[in-house]
Amino acid sequence: MTIAELIFDAQEEAVGYSSDECLKCNVCVTVCPVARVTDLFPGPKYVGPQAQRFRTGRAQPVQVPGTPFALSPDLTVDYCSGCGWCTTACPAGVKIAEMNSQSRARMKAGKRPKLRDWGLGQTDLVGQMGVLVSPITNRVLFNGPIRTIMEWTVGIHRDAPFPRFGKRTFQSTWKRRQKRLGSRPLPGPDKAVVYFHGCSANYYEQHVAAAAIAILKRNGFETIIPEQVCCGLPMISNALYGDARKKARKNIDALVGYARQGYRIIGTSTSCTHTIKAEYHEMLDVKDDDATVVANATWDICEFLLDLHEQGKLDTRFGRLDEDLPYHAPCQLRSHGIGLPAMELFALVPGLRAADMDHDCCGIAGTYGMKKEKYPIGMAVGAPLFDKIRASGAAEAACDSETCRWQIEKATGTRTRHPIEILLQAYRVADAAGGATPGPLSGAGTRAP
Amino acid sequence: MGDSHAYDVLVVGGGATGAGVLRDLARRGLRTLLIERDDFGTGTTGRYHGLLHSGGRYVAKDALAARECIAENRILRRIAPASIEDTGGYFVATPDDPDDYVDGFQAACAAADVDCEEIPVADAFRAEPALNPRIRRVFRLPDGSVEPWQLIESNVADARAHGSDAWTYQRLVGMERDGGRIVSATLRDERSGSVTRITPRFVVSCAGAWSGQIAAMVDVTVTMHPGKGTMLIFNQRMTDTVVNRCHKSSDGDIMVPVHTVAILGTTEQRVEDPDRYEITRDEVAALIREGEKLFPDLGRMRLLRAYAGVRPLYQPPAEVTAAAMKDGRQISRAHTVIDHDAMDGVENFVTIVGGKLTTFRRMAEDTVDLVCAKLGVTEPCTTADAILPNQVPGKTYWLGHRLAEHEAEGGGDADLLCECEFVTRPMLDDFLDRHPGCSIDDVRRGTRIGMGPCQGGFCTFRAAGLVGERARRVGAADVAESADRAILGFLRERFKGTRPIAAGRQLQEQWMISGVYEGGLGVRSLIEHETPEASREVVDVHR
Repeated sequence: MTIAELIFDAQEEAVGYSSDECLKCNVCVTVCPVARVTDLFPGPKYVGPQAQRFRTGRAQPVQVPGTPFALSPDLTVDYCSGCGWCTTACPAGVKIAEMNSQSRARMKAGKRPKLRDWGLGQTDLVGQMGVLVSPITNRVLFNGPIRTIMEWTVGIHRDAPFPRFGKRTFQSTWKRRQKRLGSRPLPGPDKAVVYFHGCSANYYEQHVAAAAIAILKRNGFETIIPEQVCCGLPMISNALYGDARKKARKNIDALVGYARQGYRIIGTSTSCTHTIKAEYHEMLDVKDDDATVVANATWDICEFLLDLHEQGKLDTRFGRLDEDLPYHAPCQLRSHGIGLPAMELFALVPGLRAADMDHDCCGIAGTYGMKKEKYPIGMAVGAPLFDKIRASGAAEAACDSETCRWQIEKATGTRTRHPIEILLQAYRVADAAGGATPGPLSGAGTRAP
Repeated sequence: MGDSHAYDVLVVGGGATGAGVLRDLARRGLRTLLIERDDFGTGTTGRYHGLLHSGGRYVAKDALAARECIAENRILRRIAPASIEDTGGYFVATPDDPDDYVDGFQAACAAADVDCEEIPVADAFRAEPALNPRIRRVFRLPDGSVEPWQLIESNVADARAHGSDAWTYQRLVGMERDGGRIVSATLRDERSGSVTRITPRFVVSCAGAWSGQIAAMVDVTVTMHPGKGTMLIFNQRMTDTVVNRCHKSSDGDIMVPVHTVAILGTTEQRVEDPDRYEITRDEVAALIREGEKLFPDLGRMRLLRAYAGVRPLYQPPAEVTAAAMKDGRQISRAHTVIDHDAMDGVENFVTIVGGKLTTFRRMAEDTVDLVCAKLGVTEPCTTADAILPNQVPGKTYWLGHRLAEHEAEGGGDADLLCECEFVTRPMLDDFLDRHPGCSIDDVRRGTRIGMGPCQGGFCTFRAAGLVGERARRVGAADVAESADRAILGFLRERFKGTRPIAAGRQLQEQWMISGVYEGGLGVRSLIEHETPEASREVVDVHR
């Protein structure tokens, strides 16, 4: 065997060893939205493949005075927002963002997590409690003086965007509805899909779930909603890997039966679907057969709708929406590697002037931009996007990820909705204009005039 | 430098042994000068695999060498902690290692006083997950890794504090013999060409594999059998523990984590000339194949470089060994002090050969004992007790220290010149201040600049800029030329070691770096002013 054969032998590398692929070319540094705006973050190459070579499981023999940690030398990796642009851009295939996430988890391992970081990870718990007493929680979260106290005590920035809790969870609404309808036979995988609603639709944005169900139904799909929990991403982002693994396991167990029967799993939160598709495997090291089957069956909803369209199965009889629509593609959507399906769907809506804002990151990056010390960084990261949206003068904007929507709304005052809400509105316009009953479906690739 | 210098002893060769001999002589009150034709640690010392031996590799075939190793291992941990990383060592029994060797290993260790403990294999896999899962037994021994250049610097600093001196880039070009005595030595400055004559009372050759050439200057024959050992450097540490095969030592059976990298060693091949040898791709492939018995994924891991060191192997004539035994002096098979008075009738000349880096201090002690006896000096050796300068007791090397220092408050303000190895501008400035006129390759040995994955690609032009800036500050006439020389010299040296392993990721890296230097910086226009042979060195990178 030649050396080349030995070296080229394997393609797939573990995250840790993927730093072997780094050619030091700096492409990751040039795309990093955070390094661009602050010196507090030395950049993905530094905290990723470079720092990686200095990390070791061994403690310092004698603590170097003034150094931050006895075990891990790292500090600045905490300023990585986890947006994933570096991994997407790396021409050599280094899993930089994943490496950073693991390093952060390591850095914080063995120490009690900050109450804030722990809390921001517990979206299910916070969601359940928040919904339970939503009139109070909503008042508290939108009260200036209380938010100032929260900033001092908990470390969540007073101006950070927060969603409003719904009156009840989407899960409980759905269960009630199912009870009312009684048990019915499950349609086959060509007539039904599994819906992964995620925390945002469950606790805050039930209207997104409703839009998803309506759109799926309009295109001939019943919705199956198994018991599910948070995808685990907020925990990954807050270095709570153990908790995240438990969530992953629960979701895989809940979904794998359907996936094996050929049902597709559709999500409206593009970060949840990316977590299931990629992060369970890459970050959490959950790589059994079940996890792979579930990952392969998972689709982002716009990816799914566009696929229907490409097969000529999408109902393209959209009504006219005569408006400008600034659109922001979230970082997590880019990590899917599926292009910008929402933009292609918008092109099917007559009159709709959707414009890709072509900006990398809004700055929220999940829960990053909510934290006191990172809020100004997040706002600086998103500033060009906010300027563009404001300058467009549009009444509303669109974005596939919930936290980005909250950030954009808060920063620009422009109402920001999920792309499927826009599409649903276009269907409703068509319905109101006459064709109340769905007619024949479009041919492949046809576009509205 | 004047015509004559009043030194008691001249030590030839600036490797670890020479530095150790210099220190020991200086501490016993002999004013000594060390000379080195290149920079410190550019011979075998700087081209070894980084292992601080526990002695475990010798217990079966050479208990005396094993005893010496463990004794020196304990001493070095005490006197030079900053140069040592306490990695610990595993001796692992793979399915390829014979049962009888493995079964007898612990007893052999005990007989040689080498600490050895068998640990559950599960513990080893937990600590080092990259290990071959088919390993069936694991012994833990006190191996470590050692940083040779820092060790030399510490020894030289101690010698200087005791009134002695050391000069680099001074080649010994001749020695004058008057009957049974060496009366003078002539040195040439390799950079300025100026010649110095000194008249020491005694000469000690610590030239290792080059000892034959030194002895020949006074018509003395020392027959060396230089043995080439090839090693491979991996981009990152797949293990934080030294890992040895538990068998009779052989090729490719040891992995040593040193600083940010891991080094797989080694081979054994006789060479004629210690300055001329090559590393073949077959050797590299064979090493990887053996190494995969320790770490099955080795073939997928990125290689940075291949290099070789030349062991100073010497087999003393049988009658010498017998004679020495007769006067009660114990000669370790690990090293030999050659008394040219007894052997060749040159009364003030001694050569030390053989040995290994771990035992350099002991080699120096044995050598200096003989020199002192001949010069009538009765001071005892103190090198085992006195901690070396710039060392803190118990504070051994920690891999994370550079990252931690850069991450500490204010640390990040320093510009990173070498991003791979975290070498900052102040570190480079400090080194250049202390070593005027040095090359970037000297800086590399002192700071590790250019030793990471890009092999100097992104730091060479920055360092060269700094060199040029300094040249301008002192009003040099050749500001641009000094920067050009710095770039060319360093690139040539770095590319040399990557040629035998140029494949996969490291080849991609080479292409990109070549693009930067040839396409971006137009380094070819510099090559045109160089000799044809030199230009081939850089252009040949892709072949």
